Amino acid sequence: MKALAWVGLALLAAVPLTGIGNYPLHLVIMCLLWGYVYTSWSIMGRLGMVSFGHGAFFGIGAYAVVMLWNHFGLSPWIGAVAGVLLSALVAVVIGLPCFRFKIVGHYFALVTLALSEVTRLVIVALRDQTGGSLGTTPNTALAQGNSWSFAALQFSDKTVWFYAILAVWLAGLWVWARVDRSMTRLALEAISQEEDAAASIGINVTRSKLFVTLISAVMTSVGGVLYAQYQLYINPETVSGIGISLQMVFGVIAGGMFVMLGPTVGAVFTLLLAEGLRLALGDNFKDFPALDLAVYGALLVLFIIYMPKGILGAALDRLRRRAPPAVPTPAPAPR
Amino acid sequence: MEIFDIFLLEAVLNGILLGGLLALLSLGLNLIFGVIDVVWICYAELIMVGMYAVWLLHAKYAWPLLLAMAAGIALVALLGAVMHQLVIRPVMSAEPINQLLVTGGVLFFLQAAATLAFGIEFRNIGVRMPPIAIGEMSFSLPRIIAFGVAVAGVAATWLFLSRTYMGTAIRAISQDRQIMPLMGVDANRIFVVTSAIGGALAGLGGCLLVLQYDIHPAIGLSFGPITFLICVLGGLGNMLGGLVAAFIFAQFISVGGFFFHIEWGYVIAFAFFIAVMFWRPQGILARRQ
Repeated sequence: MKALAWVGLALLAAVPLTGIGNYPLHLVIMCLLWGYVYTSWSIMGRLGMVSFGHGAFFGIGAYAVVMLWNHFGLSPWIGAVAGVLLSALVAVVIGLPCFRFKIVGHYFALVTLALSEVTRLVIVALRDQTGGSLGTTPNTALAQGNSWSFAALQFSDKTVWFYAILAVWLAGLWVWARVDRSMTRLALEAISQEEDAAASIGINVTRSKLFVTLISAVMTSVGGVLYAQYQLYINPETVSGIGISLQMVFGVIAGGMFVMLGPTVGAVFTLLLAEGLRLALGDNFKDFPALDLAVYGALLVLFIIYMPKGILGAALDRLRRRAPPAVPTPAPAPR
Repeated sequence: MEIFDIFLLEAVLNGILLGGLLALLSLGLNLIFGVIDVVWICYAELIMVGMYAVWLLHAKYAWPLLLAMAAGIALVALLGAVMHQLVIRPVMSAEPINQLLVTGGVLFFLQAAATLAFGIEFRNIGVRMPPIAIGEMSFSLPRIIAFGVAVAGVAATWLFLSRTYMGTAIRAISQDRQIMPLMGVDANRIFVVTSAIGGALAGLGGCLLVLQYDIHPAIGLSFGPITFLICVLGGLGNMLGGLVAAFIFAQFISVGGFFFHIEWGYVIAFAFFIAVMFWRPQGILARRQ
């Protein structure tokens, strides 16, 4: 299994060397970037904290880095730190009272939804600085034939971005695995089953939840930074608000919330669906705007009803059933 | 200073008009939650379907406006019932969060289907009504109509729930979902009827919104969040709380937008919502436990 993972990784790392062209490489980069962001979401989502507010952290990361660069000339490296700190602060300000006052389930989802809308509206309302709904572009540092600027975190070569985002994605998976093996995960699983009972055996509910929320928020905001620097264009609707927040939730659900690569599979699936339809319809694709989203929405409904473990989760279950492993499988993760 | 106060009064009165409309929008969602215990994240998309139906029938096929509206309400009511049967019923016994998420899938689907069918252009039904001037204040006629109809719609729903046999059954099942089926009540039938009523209220909301706003496929995202937040603020399933919350929210938006910019009105309203959740997680009218 381990060997297989290394081979897979080596093949993935070799993708830019195959000369597949800019557009396919862009798609791979987007898969990795969204895979990373969805993984960040799933770190808390799979432990019973379904957040509809991650658009807030993504948007804070993206806008912090671009605003500091455009208005104060601060390097995106500093901007990224500022964005991460701000996201962490927001996560504590929202998370602490939520967890202390036992706001869970629907209520947690809807409070975080309000948070992501507040972020979007603040960005729109500060239109003199942020450009409002029209979005904004980081000032380019690539004048006079420069193809890259490390200090400005801008690279015109997609290969650089590929390796940078690959590294971040791997780091995200590593964090996922660390959290998966930690005591905090066990504590949070107990909490998500029965919060009062968990508290009664000495689990510090607020601290466990806040810890995982902070990790998830910080990682998501790094995703926002990367998105802004890679795309070089952001607008409030695409990086914050309810739309992007739901996109994260559903990407994870489609792929599978309880397995490490599930969120990434969700990201790949979403992109493949859009690209597949684009290829299948050819020139007619533009006559059917949002067809991919309509199919995606219908599939999501079917997934949640018939395949709540997602694509990868269901596939792994099937494999396991066909070839019963020698070692007893751990108890299935709670849904 | 005199002028200033007149405009502030105008903002407050406009807030009341908006509050009536928001109360209607949140009533259907609240009813469904109270009875079926599922939050329809896609509720605002049902409102959008109603708006498109009115636009299509009136502006494109030249039906009389009132007939188009009646057809729109009927269509969304049907959609609500279908939605319950096809989407909610299979997940009735699943995790609550899955029920929330499945309706999110419907949100994506309806939004994309609207884009597919009507494109991303802004549409309007082309009905223009003159503003009404009272003293130095002026009010838009569609807003006043919307307020009147919304209040009538809320009152009609109230009467239906308190005076009819079906309404009594709905209220009974909302108090105990487990016991009613044991007493020989066909729970699913009640759920379908409730969903249809919720849909009809969404359709009615769509008819009122279409008089004031242009329609586009993402319009649900601008009304959706505020509708849920009103329901939560009032206490999910608590209809009286929802009405109070609608008027509070509308004042924040209207008066906040008067002093600052309209987005800041929303920001203040949402921040207020978050703060209240910490203070009273069960809604403003909930009894303290």
